[in-house]
Amino acid sequence: MSDLVKNIIRFVVFILVQVYILHKVPPLHRFIVPYLYYLFILWLPFNTNRTWLMVIAFIFGLTLDYFLVTPGLHAAACVLIAYIRPFMVNLLIRQEGAEQSYGSPSIHSMGFAPYSIFVVVLTFLHHGYLVFLEWLQFGNFWYFLGKVGATTAVSLLLILITELLFYRKERYRTNAA
Amino acid sequence: MRNIFLFIRRYFNFLFFLALQVLALSFLFRYNKFHEAAFMGVASEITGRVNNRYNTIEYYFKLKKTNEALVKENVELRTLLRSNYLQSDTMHLVAVDSIRVDSLIKYQKYTYLEAKVVGGFITTQTNFFTIHRGTDQGVNVDMAVISPQGVVGRVVNSSANFSTVMTMLSRQFKVDAKLKNSGERGIISWDGVSPDFIQMRNIPKNIKIAKGDSVLTSELSSIFPANIMVGTVDSVFNDPSTNFFTLRLRSSTNFSTVQFVYVVQNKQIEEQRKLESATQKINE
Repeated sequence: MSDLVKNIIRFVVFILVQVYILHKVPPLHRFIVPYLYYLFILWLPFNTNRTWLMVIAFIFGLTLDYFLVTPGLHAAACVLIAYIRPFMVNLLIRQEGAEQSYGSPSIHSMGFAPYSIFVVVLTFLHHGYLVFLEWLQFGNFWYFLGKVGATTAVSLLLILITELLFYRKERYRTNAA
Repeated sequence: MRNIFLFIRRYFNFLFFLALQVLALSFLFRYNKFHEAAFMGVASEITGRVNNRYNTIEYYFKLKKTNEALVKENVELRTLLRSNYLQSDTMHLVAVDSIRVDSLIKYQKYTYLEAKVVGGFITTQTNFFTIHRGTDQGVNVDMAVISPQGVVGRVVNSSANFSTVMTMLSRQFKVDAKLKNSGERGIISWDGVSPDFIQMRNIPKNIKIAKGDSVLTSELSSIFPANIMVGTVDSVFNDPSTNFFTLRLRSSTNFSTVQFVYVVQNKQIEEQRKLESATQKINE
């Protein structure tokens, strides 16, 4: 399957899972909102142009926004992590030229520790910005801290489960291929 | 000039990032009441269709509860009331002992449209429903939405076949309500904590309140008909710094199971609004 088709399917699946499964779960606590959809942006290929990365993130976030009737909220957070992502990849990549050898970020291509740092930092940024925008409209500072913490914890758990369930084998790309 | 182009080229990614952020934030804040949000009309037509597909499955699992609610409502309607009809002139007596719709239709204040709920959330801080009725069927912005059990919300956006309803579980939603026993009025709002409970403010401290008292919509709420159930009193908070109680109500509508709602149109609202805005102009 080509990268384009694979990512289009992922786009649709992530939106549907987020809207019709994770947002339909009865609320456990007001701090806990299970977010998983932004993993789509984390899984985009290494060789995506930075400008395109932001455009895709914007469209992706806005699609979710139209389903949840919050125009702009998730789009802003998605664009932020799409902008930060290339810096993180450059900092954390294991060896010289790994971004040419492998398709996209995963445990296999980056190594467990760098990949977890990559996920944790971007998750934290995403939720921090998302809750910050919400907090500007209401709430106090403890609300902000509590919600960022709890939501990040739940998201990391969900990402861990997703990574274990859908183990992505990254083929080592050679010039011959 | 050349330097400007070089600058833009060098920092293109950062500038592009800022541009997208500004665009997203302007969507969010410029239309902060969610009413005329960007492309919302087109988008809700599309998301409405997807929601509709999903709802065909969800609906099956909620049939039992939906049935129970509708049967209960039918029983209530059997003991029918004349309160949907308001005579504008009380001196002019119409001598009928039951409601004859043909002769009284010009006095009818509220008309009802049924609508199917096809999408909705109760897990966010501003919860919306999507209903399968739009401007083609006569649903417009600012109409009231009620369920068989009680108040649901207000229409904030409508496309040709779908409408978005801001539910009572939304921080921007406010409605005027009264206690059934004493008639004391207060404002209903939601604090965003739990989807089971809503708040009622501005109840004077000399009023006796018991747990389980009913709260209904008041006559002052222009879009909702009077005496629609809002909820029952769950607990009373006594804030010593004010002269008012804050009540915590258990909402009568179960937002996670509601499948059918009624959209209520107030036929006399234009006249009322015109008068009120004219009065405000005089006072300014």
